[in-house]
Amino acid sequence: METEKNTGVKEDIRQKEIVLGSLRQAVLQNLDSSIQTDQFLLNMGPQHPSTHGVLRVLLELDGERIKRSVPDLGYLHRGTEKIAEYRTYNQIIPLTDRLDYVSAMANNYAFVRTVEKLLQLKVPERAEFVRTIVAEVQRIVNHLFWLGTQALDIGAMSVFFYTFREREELLDIFEILCGARLTTNYYRVGGVDGDIPQHVIDRLYRFVETFEGHIKEYNTLLETNRIWLARTKNIAVITAEDAINFGLSGPTLRGSGVPYDLRKFEPYGAYDQVEFDVPVGQNGDIYDRYWIRIEEMRQSAKIIHQCLDKLPSGPIMTDDHKVSFPEKGRVMHNMETLIHHFLLVVHGFNVPPGDTYCGTETPKGELGFYIVSDGTGKPYRMKIRAPSFVNMGAFDFMAKGYMIADIITIFGTYDIVMGECDR
Amino acid sequence: MHPVAELLEKRFSETFLGSRESLGDLSVYIRSENALEVFKALHDEPEYGYDYIVDVTSVDYPMDPERFEVVYILYSIPRRHRVMVKIRVTEDSPVVDSVVGIWKGAEFMEREVYDMMGIQFRGHPDLRRILMPDDYEEGFPLRKDFPLVGKGWRDNFSFVPRFQEGRQEIEGKNGDSNSFFPT
Repeated sequence: METEKNTGVKEDIRQKEIVLGSLRQAVLQNLDSSIQTDQFLLNMGPQHPSTHGVLRVLLELDGERIKRSVPDLGYLHRGTEKIAEYRTYNQIIPLTDRLDYVSAMANNYAFVRTVEKLLQLKVPERAEFVRTIVAEVQRIVNHLFWLGTQALDIGAMSVFFYTFREREELLDIFEILCGARLTTNYYRVGGVDGDIPQHVIDRLYRFVETFEGHIKEYNTLLETNRIWLARTKNIAVITAEDAINFGLSGPTLRGSGVPYDLRKFEPYGAYDQVEFDVPVGQNGDIYDRYWIRIEEMRQSAKIIHQCLDKLPSGPIMTDDHKVSFPEKGRVMHNMETLIHHFLLVVHGFNVPPGDTYCGTETPKGELGFYIVSDGTGKPYRMKIRAPSFVNMGAFDFMAKGYMIADIITIFGTYDIVMGECDR
Repeated sequence: MHPVAELLEKRFSETFLGSRESLGDLSVYIRSENALEVFKALHDEPEYGYDYIVDVTSVDYPMDPERFEVVYILYSIPRRHRVMVKIRVTEDSPVVDSVVGIWKGAEFMEREVYDMMGIQFRGHPDLRRILMPDDYEEGFPLRKDFPLVGKGWRDNFSFVPRFQEGRQEIEGKNGDSNSFFPT
């Protein structure tokens, strides 16, 4: 009985194979006319390990090619600009930490520079040098973070461990300076929060002297790596003209060969007293932008070394007591000083009416603050020009025509941080 | 007067309203009508050469008859000069011409100004909210009459049933609450 059943099943299969075979033949015969292509919509994010935060992109695909991409921003919008209108200037400095949370020092610097421009405040020389050193340390930290994660996105895991080894050393230095590793709140209007101690100077000297060897180490992992080259060369190419038209900034713009760097164009801090080069690319692809960031780390190490050599002695905070807090020892013993301290905390310092824009070269590009003051202790309006947000405007243009796997590499090449993009 | 402002005053005598220099920044005030011609000249002609758009932003002055000020911050990379072009619009018709045709980077910036301040950009290819949700109904958050805590839109979200609610159901079925969930 069982054999009968088996033969019955076998016959059934045979019949089906005949039907399938004729179907296949029919398909093969009409191959040219029967293939139907359809546009394919794909939603990417907001939860995705490679989008560096909560970013959603709607992709219109033709096979694996990207025809159109529509970024959907705002998942990390916290209303920093609105909150800032209700805070005194000193209270806004910690808010700026949370913009680009992998390079908080650079955000602090951009904000306090704008307020100082409105106040026309002169910062002591030592403070300028300390600020420049810390800003460049932050640039190295940011680029190390970028290099590790970009390689991780592409699939080269080991680079991450090497870059984070050095990043940790520098974050330890931040911790000594201000007690925090990421949300630093170190810069103050008129100077910095704390002086740079001698043992930190020694550590920084040791770091910049050995850093060149570390960069060579990263390059041995990537420079001639065939996968890295295949994934970065000639991907997301943008010409200099288009890059300027889109308002790109930072390494993303310099990769296309435009030497737009505010440290050179409008020198601030101690940048006019040190020698450094601005690396520019030629092809405007991801590999060039990688090369620029590597080269910028070298230049940052050079700047730090020169600043440490030239570091003058003196105060680290302005002596203009309209903005700087009185000495703690005197606050405890002198009534007038206590009142002064109280007023600075509660009401803040008044900023003369007017408006100004001030741009700073942060690791990601031009971070600008546009502040309108009505003469009180709080800004009337504060606009943050975030490089990640403006760079995102060119995303559709740069991703068009590339493969879907390149999407994460293109996010990476902007060095995008959603905290800054959405504010 | 700054040479750029002088050139603009001669060429666009009807659109040009005035200029101001403070803290090393040049501000140029123009009328919203024919503003696009001024922007075209600022971008295309080499004596201005403002090829780089830094930002588009807006300020709200609720007491002023022309309530909103739209600020365009432009930079010239070859001449290394920055200018702020300011246009005033009224609350009744908060409309200016879009400059996306001149600087492509203005697309996101203008969308943000629309999202935050409610200023319309004529000729913008895709004028939608960008940072706030698409179905946001409370208005424009950066206007001065908008309260810091919002207007209650968030209180009416429809949530999926919470963990606590699901627990009561299971408790009812099992009859023994302690055995299933630790308190």
